Parts: sequence; structure tokens; C-alpha cells
Amino acid sequence: MDFDWSILRSGEQTIYRLRGLYEKYGYRRFKMSKFEAYDLYVRNKDFLVSDRMITFTDARGTLMALKPDVTLSILKNTRPEEPGPRKVYYNENVYRTDKSGETFQEIMQTGLECIGDLDLYHIYEVIALAVASLASIHPAYILNISHMGLVSGFMEAAGVDPADYGEVLSAVREKNMAALAAFCRDRGLSGTVQSLLEKLVTTYGPMDRVLGELAPLCVGGKKTREAWEELRALCDLLKANGLESRVYLDFSVEGDMRYYSGIVFRGFLQGLAAGVLSGGQYDGMAEKMGKKCGAIGFAIYLNELERLGPAGTGLDADVLVLYNEGTDLGELTRQVDQLTGSGRRVLARRSADGLTVGETIDLRA
Amino acid sequence: MNEFLNVALPKGRLGERVYKMFAQAGFPCDELLDPKRKLIFENPEAGVRYFWVKPSDVPVYVERGAADVGVAGKDILLEYQPDIYELLDLNVGKCRMCVAAPNGFRDDPDRTLRVATEFPRIARTYYGARSRDIDIIRLHGSIEIAPILDLTDVIVDIVETGTTLRENDLSPIETIVPISARLISNKVSFQFKHESIQRLYDDLKAQVEAKAKEEAAK
Repeated sequence: MDFDWSILRSGEQTIYRLRGLYEKYGYRRFKMSKFEAYDLYVRNKDFLVSDRMITFTDARGTLMALKPDVTLSILKNTRPEEPGPRKVYYNENVYRTDKSGETFQEIMQTGLECIGDLDLYHIYEVIALAVASLASIHPAYILNISHMGLVSGFMEAAGVDPADYGEVLSAVREKNMAALAAFCRDRGLSGTVQSLLEKLVTTYGPMDRVLGELAPLCVGGKKTREAWEELRALCDLLKANGLESRVYLDFSVEGDMRYYSGIVFRGFLQGLAAGVLSGGQYDGMAEKMGKKCGAIGFAIYLNELERLGPAGTGLDADVLVLYNEGTDLGELTRQVDQLTGSGRRVLARRSADGLTVGETIDLRA
Repeated sequence: MNEFLNVALPKGRLGERVYKMFAQAGFPCDELLDPKRKLIFENPEAGVRYFWVKPSDVPVYVERGAADVGVAGKDILLEYQPDIYELLDLNVGKCRMCVAAPNGFRDDPDRTLRVATEFPRIARTYYGARSRDIDIIRLHGSIEIAPILDLTDVIVDIVETGTTLRENDLSPIETIVPISARLISNKVSFQFKHESIQRLYDDLKAQVEAKAKEEAAK
């Protein structure tokens, strides 16, 4: 019997499509346990989206946590001395608190990581796969890219005290010009410096165009120039492969500067209220875990995808077949087999109470 | 549905005032000012749909994507901390978030300070930065009564003219943060309805700047 793919929910279909996509590019599935030693997360809690975890003591008395994150587990199990970058994908549940911090949620996540001696090709490949992943879910998508080197380079060029980086980044994250203006006023920064920092807030648009506009501002400093050149090279590769039209440059995409050193990105789908894809280069985190190598990856939050597309039919079944004691059971089973064989969802019941169905066949005697 | 720019406005005087700015920016829907109980209004020609919602709910509508943009007070944004873009200070609905206390109050640092407020996060952040031990009592209105009945020592609340405080023998003793209305946007709508949002932003910004110039010239 042919498998009917339409019975899979949107998120389930996406998982299988993405598995196929990642395997084609040489990523191998990484299957992991549902829990890890709590210690791993405590030592790296700033890297986590939420630092509250569901913990328990295992049979040997070790404090464990239900995984709040996948990347740390993959990084922990990676040996940088292995030849070539390690390319893995995963499809796992993670356990995090919701925004209120009062309730834990199980979040289905799929994603990939590329860890090792990375070059521009690997970065391009991951970005291209992020684009392909979004495109495979919904035709109206946008991938926003930022570069932590460019952001920190702008702040250095503006003479911002590193102790104040958090405040500037918060304004950039919110596209909050008023907060940035208040910051510049409080610190007595000049109008020229302010307009340089304002670029971090106002820059938004297709990568190709925006990089051209930013070019004159990026030539002065080593950090900004290198970051700009990296983005330029990436953009050229995306263009060469026809992938650049929905890739935008936007510095409001955030990444903790202690862990994210290069490109960070976030993906959006029309019709969903929040971003569904989040990723970046986390060389800083790899280094903190004693791995002297590059690392880039992304995660897609699948829970939200159920909101995409039309709601279900609202029917309990396509056909209700009613029967009673007097019904010929041979006729009943024949009807049910015939209907299910034609791809319809069938319920055989003695009564129609409480059911909403498309059609009813009454075989009651 | 998607061709409309969905706007969540705070019910009340501030919302009406802000609507006039939106209308001037090319997003009119005058039916909105009709004093009926209807809550959703649309003008297909201007491509805009407005909702009247409780002021403290505006960020929820915007963050969850039910509204593409909205107008919320900075007090609500600081307290709720929604994951949205805070695009513009509209420079209206101006007031202050203050600590207020009974006239003649003297803070005794030996004792835990009891604070009544509708804004526990703002109060906690403010006193946390001062390493002051506090006991927050969350109330949902008539905050001024708390120190009078010795429920708390001070209150953290919004002060516009200070009349209510004066009438209850209270006075502001510290300003925590100035407050005004902000134009906020859902992060995904900002991507997919960028043209409309940018047009609205540019026009509102021009209005705010023109008004500031006018006031400076007075």
C-alpha cells in the first residue's frame, strides 16, 4: 500500500523533507539522549536561551537535566582533531521555560551543526541550507543576516566603552533609535559617532544593496573591513546560486558576543508571529569548551509550524458508517475497506452522537 | 487579511490622539472615532485595520502577530519586555515612572522597603541596581492608598500631573524613567509588510520632528 504523506502534520512533513535535504549535503544524523548531566548546562548557562531546567537525580546520584539545548551536547562530543569538519543534523525535543518563566515547554527542534576547520564554503553551505530549509516550508520567507564582527567593529570605531556594549546592542536589537539617542546623549557622544551607531539600527534590506551602502563605512577599521569582505564574498556566492533575493542584512539579529563571533542569522516565514530559524557562528562557545575550531549551525523550531496553512477539516471522519445488531458484518467490513481503500477516513459506529462527519452511510437493519 | 496593516491602538484618550497622527500619515479610518462599542475598524482603500485594545495588551497583540504595529507606553514595554521592535518615540502621552511616598517620608535602610506597584519588574530592576532589599506588593489599582494604610512604605507608579498624589498627601521622591508612547512593530510583520511600516514610520517621524521644532520655537 502506498504511504499517504498527507496524513503527516506540517511539522512532521518538514522533518522528513529536511532530513532528505541535509543528508544530501553529507550531514549525518546525531541521535542523543533526552538528558545530560546538569553540570554541562550550568557551566555554559549564558549560551542557553533559558537557564531554567527540569532536573532529576539519576540512579547513580548524578544530577541530570532534560536537554534545554542540543548544540552543547554536539559540541561536547566533537573532537576537533577529526579530519574535515564534522557535519551533523538532529531532530530532537528540548525543554525550556516559556516567556513567563513559569511553565516548561517541549519544543521540537531540527537543525544542523558544522564544526571543525571551516572555510567560506562551509559557511555558505550552512546559510544556503538555512535558505533551502525555509523555502521548503513556505515560499514567503526571509533570512536576516548580521555579523558580530561588523557590529563590534562599529562600536569600537564609535569609541563605545565595552562595558556599554550591552546597552547599545539592546537598542540595536529593538531597532530603538530613541534608546540609542538617549545613550549617546548620556555618554556625551558626538553627532558623527551617533550617526555611525544609528547605522546599526537603520540598516535593513537586501544584502547585496545594503552591503554597497555600508562599504564606505567599513573600509577604515580592520575588523569592519574583514567582516564586510566576508559578507560580500558570501553574498556573491548566494547571488551566483540564485539565493540572495530573500537574504537581508539586519543588525537586529542578535548573538551573545562572548560566543558568537561571525555571522548570525534568523529566519522568518510569512504568517507566523515569530522567527522560526535561528543560527550563527559560535566559535567562542567552541573555544570555551576547549575545542579550537570553527562552528556554525542553526535550529528550526517546529512547534510553530502547525500555525502555517489552513486549519484541518474540522471533521471527525470523512464517512460515518452506522451499524447495529442486525447489520451484516460482512457488508460492514466490505464497505469500510472500500472507503478506506479510496483514501477516505472512516468511522464505523453504532451512533452518530457527538460526531461531525462529511457523509453518513447507514447500514442499520 | 495580509494586505491590511493591522494596528493595535490603546483604548482611551492616548489612542485617539495617536490615531490622528496615523490618519495624517495616510492611514485614515474615521469610523474609529464613532463612539460605538465596535472594536475593529478597517479602511480597505488605505489598507489599514485598527483594533481598540486595553493599553497593557497592545504589546501582546503585536508580539503575537495579531497586530503588525501598535502604540504602547514605555512603562508597559519595560514591564512586559515583549520581543518586538520599538521603532519610534511618538513624544505623546508623556509622564514619569516615579517612586512616591507620604510627605515627610524618610527611608530607613535598616529595614526592608515595602513597595506597592503595578509594575513589579520595573521596581525590582530599579531597586536591584541599588542593591536595596525590597518587598514588592503587586496591586492592580488605587496604589496611592497602600502607604496611607501602612500596607507599604512607598509606591512605584506613573505620575502625570501629580494631582492624585497631592490629594493623598504623597509626593514623588525619585524619578525612575520618563515615559511616553512608542510605535512598536512585530518582528515578522516588519519583514513582510516593510513598505507600509516604513511609510508609516517615516511620516510619523516627520510629524514628531515637526512638532518638536514647533515647541522649541515657542
